[in-house]
Amino acid sequence: MTAPIVSVDELRIRFPTQDRRETVKAVDGVSFDVMPGETFGIIGESGSGKSTLGRAVVCLLKPTEGQVRLGGIDPYSLPSAELRRRRRAFQIIFQDPNAALNPRMSVIDSIREPLDIIGEGSRDSRTRIAREMLERVGLRPEFGQRYPHELSGGQKQRINIARVLTVRPSVIVCDEVVAALDVSIRADILNLFAELQREFGLTYLFITHDLGVVSHVSSRIAVMYLGKFMEMGPADEIAERPLHPYTQALLSAEPIPLPSSMRATRRIILQGEIPSPTNPPSGCRFRTRCPHAQAVCASEMPAWREAAPGRFVACHFAGEATGHPIDPTTTQEATA
Amino acid sequence: MSDAPLLDVRGLGISFLIGGGSVHATQDVSFAVQPGERVGIVGESGCGKTITGLSLLGLLPAATTRVVGQAMFEGENLVGLPLSRMRHVRGRKISMIFQEPMSALDPVFTIGQQIGETIRTHFKVDKKQARERAIEALASVGIPSPARVHDSYPHQLSGGMRQRAMIAIALVCEPRLLIADEPTTALDVTIQAQIIDLLLDLSARQGTALLFITHDLGVIAETCTRMITMYAGQVVEDAPVDSALVRPRHPYTSGLLRSLPRLSARGAMLPSIAGRVPTLRDMPTGCRFAERCAHRQEACAAPQAIEQEGAHQVRCWRQGELVLPGALTDREAAA
Repeated sequence: MTAPIVSVDELRIRFPTQDRRETVKAVDGVSFDVMPGETFGIIGESGSGKSTLGRAVVCLLKPTEGQVRLGGIDPYSLPSAELRRRRRAFQIIFQDPNAALNPRMSVIDSIREPLDIIGEGSRDSRTRIAREMLERVGLRPEFGQRYPHELSGGQKQRINIARVLTVRPSVIVCDEVVAALDVSIRADILNLFAELQREFGLTYLFITHDLGVVSHVSSRIAVMYLGKFMEMGPADEIAERPLHPYTQALLSAEPIPLPSSMRATRRIILQGEIPSPTNPPSGCRFRTRCPHAQAVCASEMPAWREAAPGRFVACHFAGEATGHPIDPTTTQEATA
Repeated sequence: MSDAPLLDVRGLGISFLIGGGSVHATQDVSFAVQPGERVGIVGESGCGKTITGLSLLGLLPAATTRVVGQAMFEGENLVGLPLSRMRHVRGRKISMIFQEPMSALDPVFTIGQQIGETIRTHFKVDKKQARERAIEALASVGIPSPARVHDSYPHQLSGGMRQRAMIAIALVCEPRLLIADEPTTALDVTIQAQIIDLLLDLSARQGTALLFITHDLGVIAETCTRMITMYAGQVVEDAPVDSALVRPRHPYTSGLLRSLPRLSARGAMLPSIAGRVPTLRDMPTGCRFAERCAHRQEACAAPQAIEQEGAHQVRCWRQGELVLPGALTDREAAA
């Protein structure tokens, strides 16, 4: 069996609030492994901690507790020069393609910049690599001389992809990378991600709030709510037989472009909003919005357990509440 | 239908005046909205859907834009309506809500002051009555503790609550038409579901017609009964939603529907529409979509008129012969 390329163990990340009186528990005890070549999807609403988690995976945030191991090594145990050398293998692409590009740098300079920082090879060889990557993401060479304001959103996102490819990463965290794009452009960019994965053997952590996107690209999905995972498992099983009421509510809230006669009859509308991560509810964090919550949900935190092979869930009534009773013998999907 | 439409837009065109010349942003846009009807305008960024909405309320900068055509609403042409008349329409007869509630609300006034302003512009009420009515309006959009929110500033509210407050301001005068420009795009999916539910409920309760501008086909399917597809400044298809989703008649509508991830097997290539929208400066004289269209023929180089066939109005001369796939998976389409 191959070793996981990303291994997250009981990760906790806390920030003090601005007045320093309280603590935001952005990520509060999350564990998962990502295998090489896999696309692991993380879905959640704003405030769920999914972006914080993504940043921690690429060493942009230091864990308060717990560990992130990259290629089997805890990056924070390394001397800083060694960490610098290794972190190029772990890259991140952000949602807003405008904010990620320096408006005063030409496209080719932006793409070459990561190589300049690493200081690899001569300037000419770096420019050559940058040109290759520009072409690889589907843009003609003359785009190299342009500036970000001359490009469309989809083109800018292609430039951001080219930038991270220059350093030949093994893992890319994609944080809402298609959220700002129009539907047809979104399809193009998702196709490009898929091609690059095949070509370079990339591993993706795909962070998004869009269920359609996450279930199309991912082999496995984790559903995050208020700093914790609610459910994790193979993408198609989660989409078809959710075990956690929150997953079910997310699936049902997604507007689907089908004629009225073909849409699911009942939609679950969650009451209220995601509570503050400074003071999450006792017991199960989702209980304040859960249509199935009972007394035990407030008093006891549900354990994170493997309900069936490869299917993890944290809910006292997993499966029962969602109408998909757990049968440990039938859920035998491979996890990778 | 024999009833007169609530809003009847005919040949609406918007040009931007740039450097001594002008470019057409939209041309020959025609559609109607019946009283209480829910109509969606769909299209990608830059197709002209937002400026069409803004032009109806005279919200485009007069110095740099020119609007032609007509938009009849309750016997008045909204195009070129003097400001003194437009003031009686805005907020009272037609309201508009926007994507970003944070930039649409004024940060230095409380929510209550902003609703009160609308109420007192259109009705003769004193401060106390305005306050009561504002709190009532906040309660009606499902805001818990409306009295507290009444005295809050926009930054003290969450995104979902701000959008609810925007809707309360827009609907406090019970307008006949609500123009909603991407009202749920900035919201999480569970909050989006709440807002859609709220808009449908209010529209049914007050008989308010909805003009829903969005790029999200799922939102259109769930909120509207009719769908207008815009491409490069023109209406290319206008049809009942259910029919357009199952069997779109314009290749662009079909392309938009087919690029949705749910229709493709996991990991499979997603169909996309090759190429880009032509720029305003070099708009083709013929079909504007032709360059990206898989069904292009020579005759597409000629200007395309929008023509009625059955319940669809379509701007494509091949609409009778093309059978295009919609938003159903093969399995769903076979069923």
